Amino acid sequence: MKVLAAMSGGVDSAVAAARAAEAGHEVVGVHMALSTSREARRTGSRGCCTVEDAEDARRAAERIGIPFYVWDLSADFHDLVVEDFLAEYAAGRTPNPCVRCNERIKFASLLERATLLGFDAVCTGHYASVRAEGPGGAASLHRSRDARKDQSYVIAVMGPEAAARSLFPLGEMEDKAAVRAEARERRLGVSTKPDSYDICFIPDGDTRGFLERSLGEAPGEVVDTEGAVLGHHRGTHGFTVGQRKGLGVERPAEDGRPRYVVDVDPASRRVVIGASELLSTTELEATDLVTFEELEPGRAVSAQIRAHGEAVPAQVSSIPSEGDPLLRVHLEQPVRGVAAGQTLVLYDGDRVLAAATLERRTP
Amino acid sequence: MVSALDPAAPDPAVPDPEESAQRRAYLDHAATTVLRPAAAEAYLRAAAVRGNPSAMHASGRAARTVLDDALEEIGELLGVPRSWLIMTSGGTEADNLALRAAPLGVLAQDPARTAVAVCATDHPAVLATARSLAPTIEARELAVDAAGLLDAGAVEQVLADGAVGVLSAALVNNETGARQDVAALAAAARRHGTLVHTDAVQALGHVDLPALEDLDLMSLTGHKIGAPVGVGVLVARPEVPFAALSTGGGQQRGVRSGTLDGPHAAAFAAALREVLAERAEQAGRLRELAARMREGIARIDPEARFTLPEDSPQSGHIVHVVFPGADSDALLFLLDERGVDSSAGSACSAGVTQHSPVLAAMGMDAARSRGALRLSLGWTSTAEDVDLLLAALPESLRRARAVGALAR
Repeated sequence: MKVLAAMSGGVDSAVAAARAAEAGHEVVGVHMALSTSREARRTGSRGCCTVEDAEDARRAAERIGIPFYVWDLSADFHDLVVEDFLAEYAAGRTPNPCVRCNERIKFASLLERATLLGFDAVCTGHYASVRAEGPGGAASLHRSRDARKDQSYVIAVMGPEAAARSLFPLGEMEDKAAVRAEARERRLGVSTKPDSYDICFIPDGDTRGFLERSLGEAPGEVVDTEGAVLGHHRGTHGFTVGQRKGLGVERPAEDGRPRYVVDVDPASRRVVIGASELLSTTELEATDLVTFEELEPGRAVSAQIRAHGEAVPAQVSSIPSEGDPLLRVHLEQPVRGVAAGQTLVLYDGDRVLAAATLERRTP
Repeated sequence: MVSALDPAAPDPAVPDPEESAQRRAYLDHAATTVLRPAAAEAYLRAAAVRGNPSAMHASGRAARTVLDDALEEIGELLGVPRSWLIMTSGGTEADNLALRAAPLGVLAQDPARTAVAVCATDHPAVLATARSLAPTIEARELAVDAAGLLDAGAVEQVLADGAVGVLSAALVNNETGARQDVAALAAAARRHGTLVHTDAVQALGHVDLPALEDLDLMSLTGHKIGAPVGVGVLVARPEVPFAALSTGGGQQRGVRSGTLDGPHAAAFAAALREVLAERAEQAGRLRELAARMREGIARIDPEARFTLPEDSPQSGHIVHVVFPGADSDALLFLLDERGVDSSAGSACSAGVTQHSPVLAAMGMDAARSRGALRLSLGWTSTAEDVDLLLAALPESLRRARAVGALAR
């Protein structure tokens, strides 16, 4: 196959590209420049696509012996990921920009470009596996062998058509240490690079500061579930459901227990705080359903709502229909901190069944 | 790929130049042309001579002779005394001396010379250097028209207050090939006591250099004429004052300290000798190849727009063309894949193609300059190279336009 390997300059994508080439595919490496104001060098684990990252990716491609290009996808990234991130926070939701980037950039913009340029598949360093165990032998997406590194949650939203045109050569790796060891053996030059954390377009890690600068101040009240005003804030976008710190409330709760953000309502500019049990729920509602196979009400599944969270046993309550666009899922045990905008992924064992976006629940 | 895991094995990534040269069309001579065997030989011969040219012993004198022979030949070929030559690491360093060391030197002599004037389409080595002088020295940019040419009236205006210490304009633009009338600029500058610099890096070997009595400073580089990368020349009249920005042993008028580099000078001299000897013949040959390219492109894609009109002053070795609706990254990839080395011809940082400041200065907006391609010819170019491009172009354009049409 002719394969386009997305190469970030990190160790995972470099080893993935090397493995694809070794498997006999005709591989071309591409580094996506996602920011127009690129830093020259990376500092620690933050930020992304610096000039240094592009150079690391190029050196790895040279070692592998594949052609290498830098493509500027910064306009797409800004319009489809950064703007979405801001709009979601402005709407009182908690977006996952990595999920959006996978959905709209890596497995959409990049994949479409690749297809038009004659490629059969896109290869990335995600920890997940594609097999042909879907309905009628269609592509199926699975958790990686190393459960700690599994990234099927953040890529599930790509859906089966994109999965069928994707290669994840790291899915069967034993663990990250094995990937680093292989990078060292292959002399890819990136074996000791730190993993990336945080949001790549907020290199200083200060999400609240970024939101305030981008969205401006919109002062409002911090209230309890009865509506009593406990304090004031500079903008609802500084708050996420489940947040405990920085609530700006001086008086402790009467019962002395910690309080959490339980709801964010940008329309009234109100942040509602309350006791921990208000965060727990067994009922999930979601939209924008992407399915790998047909879901039926009553189907037993496991549900995951966070990238590094546990999946919990659950049951599909109802699927979207003409009069009701919501997917409803009942959890066998309550989960905490469910926030609108988060991604819900349903599994059958290690196989992804569906991905959707959680909707706001009224406490 | 087993060898990739074996540290003792030869690097698998190094391509065989013999193999790749046979099936590729190298159409990026404006970036770096092909090394001339005579330059490589001259380099190796000179590098084998023992000694530091500044040393006082017999070995040092031998090394000094190698260098002086090279400088003398370069001077003779250019029509200037060898004392006018300052050897540099390349065009960028030569431009830095001309746009930083010289304006600061002029200012030290005459406190009223608080500005430099640069052409808006000049190379970043000129533009960024001029802009970096603020607040000590103001950078004034000279606007160009749609053909990339300076307007004499506008130049006169910028010079009128007598504050401009150095005026700079590239003889041939590195991206579009537009050729500036430097002699006319020089005449205007002289009336106002302004020093004149031209970056002739892209012009050397392709167009006639202006009469050097009209100029004060001129930048040249080796790798555009078939010498190795790593050598350039600043031609500077002896009366040009320089501020010493890099300090050391005081070599080369104290302007550019550092061990004198005989081998690179020898290679530059060898390449320059060939380039000037072949100049008339090559220019005619490349003009014909460029015409063949233009005709072929126009036939394949009637929508293609050549950035410079055919009758506008330009160097014959660059064809700059815009394919409306095509994605530049995709087009470069597709041509590369089909054996054609070309360039988007714009500023490049870690390989990202960006909207060209040169085209912007010529009044072309970002949307209209999408799909820009710079094809540049050199001493090894053949009709087969042009035909390989023309064969690869239809399918590459079709796909690059499909990418360009991707809805956001």
